[in-house]
Amino acid sequence: MKSSRIWAWVTFVLGAAYFFLPLIGTVEFSLRMRRGEYSLDAYRVVLGDPRFQETFLYSTVVAVFTILIGVVLVVPTAYWIRLRLPRIRPVVEFITLLPLIIPAIVIVFGYIRMYGSSSPLPFLATNRGADVLLMIGYATLALPYMYRAVDTGLRTIDVRTLTEAAQVHGAGWTTIIARIILPNVLIAVLSGAFLTFAIVIGEFTIASLLNRPAFGPYLQNIGANRAYEPAALAVIAFAITWGCMSVIQVLSRFAPKSANNPN
Amino acid sequence: MTDAIASEPAAVRQSLPPAAASRTRLPLHWLGVAPFFLFALMFLILPTLYLVLGAFQNPQGQFTFANIVALFQPSIIAAYWISIRISLASAIIGALAGLAIAVAVVRGGLPGWVRSTTMTFSGVASNFAGVPLAFAFLATLGRLGLVTVLLRDWFGINIYALGFNILSFSGLTLTYLFFQIPLMVVIIAPAIDGLKREWAEAAATLGASQFQYWRMVAIPVLWPSFLGTVVLLFANAFGAIATAYALTGSSLNIVPILLYAQIRGDVLQDPHLGYALAFGMIFITGVANVLYIWFRTRSERWLK
Repeated sequence: MKSSRIWAWVTFVLGAAYFFLPLIGTVEFSLRMRRGEYSLDAYRVVLGDPRFQETFLYSTVVAVFTILIGVVLVVPTAYWIRLRLPRIRPVVEFITLLPLIIPAIVIVFGYIRMYGSSSPLPFLATNRGADVLLMIGYATLALPYMYRAVDTGLRTIDVRTLTEAAQVHGAGWTTIIARIILPNVLIAVLSGAFLTFAIVIGEFTIASLLNRPAFGPYLQNIGANRAYEPAALAVIAFAITWGCMSVIQVLSRFAPKSANNPN
Repeated sequence: MTDAIASEPAAVRQSLPPAAASRTRLPLHWLGVAPFFLFALMFLILPTLYLVLGAFQNPQGQFTFANIVALFQPSIIAAYWISIRISLASAIIGALAGLAIAVAVVRGGLPGWVRSTTMTFSGVASNFAGVPLAFAFLATLGRLGLVTVLLRDWFGINIYALGFNILSFSGLTLTYLFFQIPLMVVIIAPAIDGLKREWAEAAATLGASQFQYWRMVAIPVLWPSFLGTVVLLFANAFGAIATAYALTGSSLNIVPILLYAQIRGDVLQDPHLGYALAFGMIFITGVANVLYIWFRTRSERWLK
């Protein structure tokens, strides 16, 4: 037993070294901009760059809309399937997992061919249309995570009783979903939302191929042209990812634990 | 498909005999999931199908296998081959390392904070992919990176003189491990939790050593989960492009980068060959996922 604990420590420390060296390396590199001493110059340059501010703001707005699309799409669907159509659950679950099977670059390639400016649905003919298509693409990417989060949330509440209680009091479907179901799975929805944010904020492939002024293509562009700024941006990006995951961790503490309605 | 059903409820309702009364409400039920299916159809299934069909058509729209056959030209085969090698290497190494770390923190008798910290960090690192990850590894193992410089100054080891290059097969594999290992930890830790203590005790009662327990009980039970996760990691690496693109530009010709260049500027000078390239990617990740589902159903026999 003693030797196995030593091996466990050795494994853990080796793993930690692999994961911490790049982080330390990046932080150290990002501080090297001024010759001969450590400084925050790289961060100052990056944060002061108007392109950084514009693209980051753009991606934040896109992420918010992506989350809204995801919620509007997933919450009623997952609710309805639990309430009325448990038979088609496997089909819907399979569809929500498709974005993990079909690479993002393939999906966006399909968009470009199907929704080009000369197609019947010319999303890509205008900038606003392309923005919408970008949000839709991101909502598709986030679908597996959003659906699982919401479905797990629904599992912990008694959907049928809540619905019947609301109906007895004369609530319509919109009211039930918006004022009964959504508040009850809010924590699950927020977990999905923050994961979506973490995925979307620095996404490169779709934004770049749809020619959107998003944060991901900006990162790539800086990476190709600058030395120290990319390291600073990597630190910022890691902090954002860490922040999103921490929020999810904190949220999961508030989530109801009991599953009084496992199916 | 679904909206076709949903759009004719009135006609169906009137034409059905009373015996089928309970079934006449079906179309209204389907209305609740119609938006979802419409979305999935328009933005997930049809765009993919468009490419798949395009892969089997010539520019005149006739059915042909010529595009698929054209995939077997040396430059495209080379792209697929290096993509498969990188994905496979990062999946297998990532799975082994992730398994070792997960076993260490779940069953190694380490303090509780080690486990919770590892799981939290794995959640973060498995989502830290894309362009910033490439920056991190350039700052660490690039020509002027911290580790490169320290190895040279402290130990006199010049890894670049020894043939290492971050812009290569080994460099990209090493970088991909940064999200592959944590993903493995996140997925396999519950499976290790599923190993019942009774099994270890029963084995010990029967006189098995720790090694024999792992060889004859734990590993056979974990094996399907392990293989399943390997193919999942494979598909995960195979579709990834942003990290590789930011790291190597277009100097390393993996399939997603080739497809990216094709979408940007039709470098293959044949749109239908581009469709075939995309079809090849879906085919490979699809096969990987079928295997994953198959392994998963096998693993659930024990770990439930």
